[in-house]
Amino acid sequence: MTEVTINGVARRLDSDPDMPLLWAIREEVGLTGTKFGCGIAQCGACTVHLNGAAIRSCTTPLRAAAGRSVTTIEGLATNDGLHRVQQAWIDEQVPQCGYCQSGQIMSAAALLARTPTPTDDAIDAAMRGNICRCGTYARIRRAIKRAAGQERSGG
Amino acid sequence: MARSKRRLGKWTRRGLITAGVLAGGTLVIGVAIRPGHRAPRLRDVVADPDEALLNLWVKIGPDNRTTAIVPHAEMGQGVHTALAQMLADELDADWNLVDVQEAPAHEEYANHNLAKGFLFGDAQIPRALVGTVDGVVLKLTQAMDLQVTGGSLSVRATGLHGMRVAGAAAREMLAKAAAAGWDVPERELVLRNSHILHEPSGRTATYAEFAAAAAQISPSSKPRLKDSKAFSLIGTSVRRQDVPAKVDGSAAFGIDAQPPDLKTATVRSCPVFGGRVAAVDDTAALKLAGIERVVNLGDAVAVVADGYWHASQGLAALAIKWTTNGRDAIDQAAVFAQFDGVLAQAEVDDAGDVEVEEGDCEAALAAASKRLEAEYRVPYLAHAAMEPMNCTAWLHDGVCEIWTGTQNPLGARAAAADAIGFDPDNVIVHNAYLGGAFGRRSVHDYVVQAVRVAKAANAPTKLIWSREEDIAQDRYRPAVTSRFRAGLDDKGRPIVWTNLYVDKHEPAEAPRIPYAIDNQRIASMPSPTHVPFGVWRAVDHSQHAFFTESFIDELAVLANADPYRFRHDLLARKPRHRKVLDAAANAAGWGNALEPGRGRGIALHESFGSIVAEVVETRMDAGNVRVERVVCAIDAGYAVNPDGLTAQMESGIVYGLTAALYGELCLENGRVKQSNFHDYPMLRIDEMPQVKTVIVDSGGPLGGAGEPGTPPLAPALANAIHDATGVRIRELPVSKHDLNV
Repeated sequence: MTEVTINGVARRLDSDPDMPLLWAIREEVGLTGTKFGCGIAQCGACTVHLNGAAIRSCTTPLRAAAGRSVTTIEGLATNDGLHRVQQAWIDEQVPQCGYCQSGQIMSAAALLARTPTPTDDAIDAAMRGNICRCGTYARIRRAIKRAAGQERSGG
Repeated sequence: MARSKRRLGKWTRRGLITAGVLAGGTLVIGVAIRPGHRAPRLRDVVADPDEALLNLWVKIGPDNRTTAIVPHAEMGQGVHTALAQMLADELDADWNLVDVQEAPAHEEYANHNLAKGFLFGDAQIPRALVGTVDGVVLKLTQAMDLQVTGGSLSVRATGLHGMRVAGAAAREMLAKAAAAGWDVPERELVLRNSHILHEPSGRTATYAEFAAAAAQISPSSKPRLKDSKAFSLIGTSVRRQDVPAKVDGSAAFGIDAQPPDLKTATVRSCPVFGGRVAAVDDTAALKLAGIERVVNLGDAVAVVADGYWHASQGLAALAIKWTTNGRDAIDQAAVFAQFDGVLAQAEVDDAGDVEVEEGDCEAALAAASKRLEAEYRVPYLAHAAMEPMNCTAWLHDGVCEIWTGTQNPLGARAAAADAIGFDPDNVIVHNAYLGGAFGRRSVHDYVVQAVRVAKAANAPTKLIWSREEDIAQDRYRPAVTSRFRAGLDDKGRPIVWTNLYVDKHEPAEAPRIPYAIDNQRIASMPSPTHVPFGVWRAVDHSQHAFFTESFIDELAVLANADPYRFRHDLLARKPRHRKVLDAAANAAGWGNALEPGRGRGIALHESFGSIVAEVVETRMDAGNVRVERVVCAIDAGYAVNPDGLTAQMESGIVYGLTAALYGELCLENGRVKQSNFHDYPMLRIDEMPQVKTVIVDSGGPLGGAGEPGTPPLAPALANAIHDATGVRIRELPVSKHDLNV
């Protein structure tokens, strides 16, 4: 039994504590917005926030989340509406197939929480762990800058 | 819902659509369908009895919403939005009242135009895609029943011949119904924003109000399409309809299916292609937590468990012995040696499957002032879609339901039915968003495995491949070796071009060049290997554009000519190509001086009806090449959604750049050596160049968008590297080469 708060809800999960957090979120909790891509922390599709920091849930055991707070893509929006990163993703028309975008958005949201107006180098450093096979990187960069209030292009 | 009336009027346009109207029930007002059979099925997709199906691709609900039912999967290319735009424009529908729904896998929704285009030769469909439908057990499906997303055909076939015609026909029927209902001349009516207006009398109505009456009107055999000047939605960058669900985690992909009491399985196929299971020891695996059963599929072994993690632990604990028939002795060098041997023998024998033969190449080579020979190579590549292959299957109550992402739902249905001995009518395909496909999801090995495992497990089962399995069991872009000979006359003009290569797939014209060279011979030799072939983004175009556009660059260098001007001068008879080449060169500032260490390369290639030129600018950084900028010009006829077309160019360029810089799979002991993103790397955001796209609206026939951006990238990059360093890249990927010069 692992006690963990997911998107603000305290939960007691039965899954094996050694199980990667990804599968506990997807299979036990039933939140499928967090994606499986590589299983070895190389692609970032599984990115969630653990106590606010972006982590790869495919290689993070459930036990590492015990007593902590996890935010997934489903928990990013609030009653006030979409997170500014999500809105920027719509405004810049970022997604194509969309499979990697939950992870991209979670990485970007963690970046902006820590660095409100990131430089290009800071964006590279925060986002280079997230692969997009559709090649939406230019739009991701624009959307991050838009969410940071640095740019009002496109859309 | 009682069927009150059934009429089967003829409705054809350019001989491509044969259909009629089915009026069933009180408010089902019309379904265009091929005469003869299958009509009742269509009622199934009219979820609400108050909804009206106006023809094959349109239904108008009582809330006046128009639903476009598109026969194509959304895999990131924006097709749902582009197709809906084409329909809504002709229908004069309010864009805010237009929804998009993917057609279910029924023959009624098969893409007839795609098949017709293939049969009439005016469109190119990779034969491998057709093969997944041809010859299957689908008893009511003939060769015409295709529902395939591929060949960059969605917009130019379904959109042009299907959606626009459907929208125009629906509009005509509504107008006629309103004219009759109000007893006014049709010409006095204005249709706009899903409303019908009669200005002289001030009457207005929604489309929905006349939907039932419109169903009684025989559709025109040739509904009039708008002139492009009258477009209100086509040609605009409306926002994609699938984006909101893709930013909040709600978009459902195949891997997200959750039928009740679900088991999860994972699988390992024989890593040596074509091998079989000789023996499997599952003693250790069955002792692990959560393992339900081990299923021997003959050429693969699956482990069924209570979740993916346990299933993957069980798979790792299996001891499997494989029968490989000696193929485990084959490595990458042996494959290229085989190709070299075939090509050398073909040169001696003057053999080959000839695609182009013009003039007298040997005489021209003998007469040439300067001659050049070169051999090019590319390696095997995997698709590596972000969503690993997966399929969920549930056999219950005499039916088999499957949830997956496929480019070919009818093919998936047929493959599933065949695998478990079901009638295809009893297989229900729920197609989800595709987490990338690029051709991979046009074959259904993973679907076949899933239904077999679910049947063996006697439970709803989700089969998920690991990334390692995805790399090890792809259908690969083939490795190719291509040899060239060419000669220049005394003025530096090319007079002869010969090209001999292995191994030809689709489309056949991929190695053709647009340049005016009088003596040409282009031929191929078969040289089969045990590595399974797959259609990869742009299929054969991606390899051949690298070969031909690099070699033409070599000829420009040999002629001491500017590579852009050299091409330009050879395109006098190809005005569309020349215009695209010029557009890319101008937008890139071709000819402006570059700083030391920088290089600039250009390439031009036509594929899937679109002509694309790209200029790549590189900078050398301690022996590593950095791609700073890519300028792209495309003539796709006209752009249905300019931002969508631009996004597809960006996407095709990144896909091509990943392949050119890094993409390489090597055979070792008969199997693929690489396994995951650590040794099969992808371009990441810190390597993303600036991309600028110029759209050249020639007004020509509609071309594709999803694929044509990829082929010119590799040669433009290689040409830029030559410009910067003097090193000629004749084998991809670039990462193999030492550029410290």
